[in-house]
Amino acid sequence: MSEPPSLGRDDVAHVAGLARLSLSEEELDMFTGQLARVIDHARDVSSLDVHDVPPTAHPLPVRNVLRTDDPCPGLDRDEVLAAAPDVEDGRFKVPRIVGEAP
Amino acid sequence: MSAAGAGADGTSGSAVSAAGAGADRADRAEWETVVGLEVHCELETQTKLFCGCKNAFGDEPNTNVCPVCLGLPGSLPVLNAFAVELAMRIGEALHCEVRPSSFHRKNYFYPDMPKDYQISQYDEPINVGGWLELPDGSRVGIERAHLEEDTGKTTHQGETGRIHAADYALVDYNRAGVPLVEIVSRPDIRSSAQARLYVTELRAVLVATGASDGRMEEGSLRVDANVSVRRVGAVAFGTRCEVKNLNSLRSLGRAIDHEVARQVALVEATGTVVQETRHWDENAGRTVPLRSKEEAFDYRYFPEPDLVPLAPGSDWRARAARAVGLLPSARRERLAGLLGGAPTPQQVDQVHVVVAQGLDDLVVAAVAQGAPAGVALVRAANELAADLGAALVLDPGIFGRVAVMEAQGELTATQAKAVLAELLAAGGGDPAAIAAEKGFEALSEGSLAAVVQGVVEAHPEEWSRYSAGEDKLAGFFTGQVMRATGGKADGKAVAAELQRLRR
Repeated sequence: MSEPPSLGRDDVAHVAGLARLSLSEEELDMFTGQLARVIDHARDVSSLDVHDVPPTAHPLPVRNVLRTDDPCPGLDRDEVLAAAPDVEDGRFKVPRIVGEAP
Repeated sequence: MSAAGAGADGTSGSAVSAAGAGADRADRAEWETVVGLEVHCELETQTKLFCGCKNAFGDEPNTNVCPVCLGLPGSLPVLNAFAVELAMRIGEALHCEVRPSSFHRKNYFYPDMPKDYQISQYDEPINVGGWLELPDGSRVGIERAHLEEDTGKTTHQGETGRIHAADYALVDYNRAGVPLVEIVSRPDIRSSAQARLYVTELRAVLVATGASDGRMEEGSLRVDANVSVRRVGAVAFGTRCEVKNLNSLRSLGRAIDHEVARQVALVEATGTVVQETRHWDENAGRTVPLRSKEEAFDYRYFPEPDLVPLAPGSDWRARAARAVGLLPSARRERLAGLLGGAPTPQQVDQVHVVVAQGLDDLVVAAVAQGAPAGVALVRAANELAADLGAALVLDPGIFGRVAVMEAQGELTATQAKAVLAELLAAGGGDPAAIAAEKGFEALSEGSLAAVVQGVVEAHPEEWSRYSAGEDKLAGFFTGQVMRATGGKADGKAVAAELQRLRR
């Protein structure tokens, strides 16, 4: 198995951008080092021989956790909107959005 | 290129543009349209996909919300079994393989999802690899049909209401978490007409499975189109653009036609199309860029740790398959069978309309009451389809009685239409009473014969020509009889009487 390339400063800047984090130059250096160590640690797994282990989407040996399609009461709207920074017409008021929903 | 060539020949400006337009038309014939559609279908469940909040359209904003669909810390999603059932029915109806599946988080920042991610299915969707056969016999491949949650509804507030000019937005989370199945077709569609046919047929299939109410205007069905062009005979696909905001069949057809023309012009002028997402502007009748490939979202999909994998057993899958209702193709065959004999081209069209609009059960019920299928079919395809909302809640017995009255000559076609219109407007009623109220007394056979006889005697020259075999004069005599009876005569009875007299 070939080793994936180690984490670079550009990768960290990209990921920070996706998470809407603005990092200073010093922070970028610091997090590049830290994240690289985290990823190296996770990479230890690739040293294991897993060729006879089936892939899994979840660590629990559980399938089909379901509920019946029965309505149950939610939250009171006033209570919900009281937690919002801004409200208009019973709805959450948010800043102008550039672009359309993904 | 053609403009430059014409200019070099020293022709006038108008000749240049005419030559350009001619070349344009000739080139269009060399281009092939390639379309794949993504249809989002809201499922007809009582509750949302991962919580017990009501799945309802049109309620007061933010009244169907809870910690799960508001993304409050510590809340956990639990999958709705009936949404899974409906997704499996859709998979069965589209001839997909229904498989074990899992959920992923699709991360993005946009206020329509308070969690900042949407739970969707990524590399292990519940349905893969099916197809949909269209009424014209063509077949469109289905790539996948997966489960995901809907987003909240964002309303942009500002002077024009348009996104780019909005000052702020208001968000209603009633729709956030409503179950969706996204049906992704293969790029098998070759024209805007076929795209419309595909959506019409898919809609009818979704209604038949009980998964959807099929209401595009309420957003129950939403369509995005992936459009590209290539030269006829080319194997490789062109660069595609995804067109969003297609809220009706009409928008879908117009947007594809516009986008194809734009791309052909672009390829001819510059050689390439830039891959991007575009927004259909219904009022302007054109698509405008939304974001380019470089600006495309990086969704950072990862497995949803709060949900375990889904692996419905064979019993459940079999139950879902049995629960799929009569599909549109079978419904069309059933109607055609009732007609007895080969349907006329008009009847084929009527059958398509009636099945696509979900009116075929009314026709079947009318026939069961003794109405001839042809009469019930034509009234359903025209009068009922014209007032669909009222027609779908009309008592089949009432419709059956009107069809029987028309078939037995108690009402003429014109009168039957008027009675139906009244019944639809009133939401029901007694057809016989309405007919009487409107003075629609049927002419007795005896009095009709007398009127026909009188008309024949008044036009001896026409009658001798008709008797000699000039059949088109039947229309003349029918018109005269209609005039004499104030439209109360039944056209078919008149035709029969004319035939009888001619023999």
